Amino acid sequence: MNEKPLLRVRGLTTEFVTSEGAVARALEDVSFDVLPGKTVGLVGESGSGKTTTLMALMRLLPASGRITKGKVWFNDTNLLALSEREMRDYRWKSMAIVFQGAMNALNPVMKVGDQIREAILLHDLMDRGAAEKRVRDLLEMVGIAPARRDQYPHQYSGGMRQRAMIAMALACAPDILFADEPTTALDVMIQAQILQLLKEIQRALGLAVVIVTHDLGVVAEVCDEVVVLYGGKVAEYGSVDRIYNHAQHPYTQRLLESFPDINNPSETLASIPGTPPRLTQLPPGCRFEPRCHVKINRCAEVSPPLLEVEPGHYVACILREGKEANFQ
Amino acid sequence: MSDHWKLFLRNLSEFWKAFRRNKLGLVGGFLILTALLAAIFAPALTPHSAVDIMRDSNGRALTFASPATHSPLGTDDAGHDIWALLIYGARISLMVGFLAGFISMFVGSSLGIIAGYFGGAVDTLVMRVTDILMVIPDLPLMLVLVATIRQMDLKVSPLSVLILVIGLLYWTSAARLIRSQTLTIKERQFVARARAIGAGHWHIIRKHILPQLMPLIVTNTVLILSTAILIESGLAFLGLGDPTQPSWGTMLNFAFSRSAISNGAWWFYLPPGIAILWVSLGCILLGNVLEEMMNPRLTAHYLEGDKGMIAITDKETGL
Repeated sequence: MNEKPLLRVRGLTTEFVTSEGAVARALEDVSFDVLPGKTVGLVGESGSGKTTTLMALMRLLPASGRITKGKVWFNDTNLLALSEREMRDYRWKSMAIVFQGAMNALNPVMKVGDQIREAILLHDLMDRGAAEKRVRDLLEMVGIAPARRDQYPHQYSGGMRQRAMIAMALACAPDILFADEPTTALDVMIQAQILQLLKEIQRALGLAVVIVTHDLGVVAEVCDEVVVLYGGKVAEYGSVDRIYNHAQHPYTQRLLESFPDINNPSETLASIPGTPPRLTQLPPGCRFEPRCHVKINRCAEVSPPLLEVEPGHYVACILREGKEANFQ
Repeated sequence: MSDHWKLFLRNLSEFWKAFRRNKLGLVGGFLILTALLAAIFAPALTPHSAVDIMRDSNGRALTFASPATHSPLGTDDAGHDIWALLIYGARISLMVGFLAGFISMFVGSSLGIIAGYFGGAVDTLVMRVTDILMVIPDLPLMLVLVATIRQMDLKVSPLSVLILVIGLLYWTSAARLIRSQTLTIKERQFVARARAIGAGHWHIIRKHILPQLMPLIVTNTVLILSTAILIESGLAFLGLGDPTQPSWGTMLNFAFSRSAISNGAWWFYLPPGIAILWVSLGCILLGNVLEEMMNPRLTAHYLEGDKGMIAITDKETGL
């Protein structure tokens, strides 16, 4: 890693207070880097903390959640140390987000064009006339006829709404684009189109992208690096090549086996028995221990540290060997 | 700008098309409109004023003259023309009712939005104040307040006191309604998106929450107008109106205290009573119809009713 990371996440830990008063550790000690122009994939099951990570990075956790530890360095600014007002300046101008489910993220009673323009005008980036032109350019860039600027979200199809969301995310020319499951609820054809669009835009604008998904196919297609989350902790982190070909964590290995391989079709798909841990009642040792197929006795007692098994490839499993991870 | 204007006109004409089909709404609109027109064009509708005293050919005041002797509605105990009193009284009643209604709706909506949007301690505070105001009986509280403020000898006209007391005490139900609606809207994802683009609270409330609340606010304003007019009439009937600017409630008070009933002068107390009914009924009819039109949840599901339910019959299912 000779290039300086754009975003450095260090030891991010969040807590949620549930309505029963229990404390849920949604994220614990999550660290990773985002390099300029590269794509990082956050993978994991439902409830593993993927979306929470994005929301914590934007500092948009719901009222019941808070960040208890960690640092988020954007270039040389710790975002977690900023005041709410200063943080507002970073939102959308430095990092923008494409939400999960575009229908809900668009205001149903506001014209799509107005919603795209809203962000530009909020940050006083340009006057109304220039902003109007930018809205049309953005729509054209994502493949929507600029004439449809004056339509409402319900007049758009599902794929178009997602495109409009992407146009909106690009409005203030951010450095990092967060994409929260950008292809769920879309059919396969549209999924491919949206991914293609994201890739093209990334190449054209040199954006860094953090993509949240549980679709390993998407990861293989677009990502440079992968963070595998399990129960709110990093299970494995490394380049997409290392993760796919030399996965070290039992969870990652099983996850990859549970995906159909088009070259070696088999009768049955592997599955991982059990369910992810409840975040209010975490096991004392490794979080994956109850479901692990290679566990030893010590797994239930010791929480495994993140080990660097190869330069840039980190695994949280006590069965592997390596020096303890030390992120600068 | 002309585009916006055209769009507005088109929306208005669509609204009118939908509204026209509803008979009750039309009746309500008609009732309110006639009352408003009578109040505005009062001088054109009668040659007399509210303080003129009618006299017969001998110069004596016509007291308790029936509609048969003095058209159209007879006179009161002092010889004032009832018709003139009625339409000039409309000005007072409607003004107090409308201003008080708007104030209470404004206060209620603002507090409801603030409580619902910010939550936490603000919410608790506003809602507890609402609860307290709700359990105190309205009428006695207002009586005490109006009477006390009058005695304090402030340089405020009695009508302003009335407007303020009604307006500032009657916002509780509106605040609750708006708060609950705000709570559901603020959890929608487009509000999260607005926060993500770096919008502040004021921007989110103005651009994303208020437009969604507008239908609710409009219908409830119309509904609350009728309450405000009724309360004004009640307070004025109990003697808290301004005797120099008689409203319909004041007329009823005069009729009651000056023995119109024992004199059989029905033309003295019936017209103001009917006028109050006229306007408040109009507000309620119009408000309900607007609510129905603007709240899609109150309109029936398309499968409901006989016409939609014919798809599955015994014959087709073979049961």
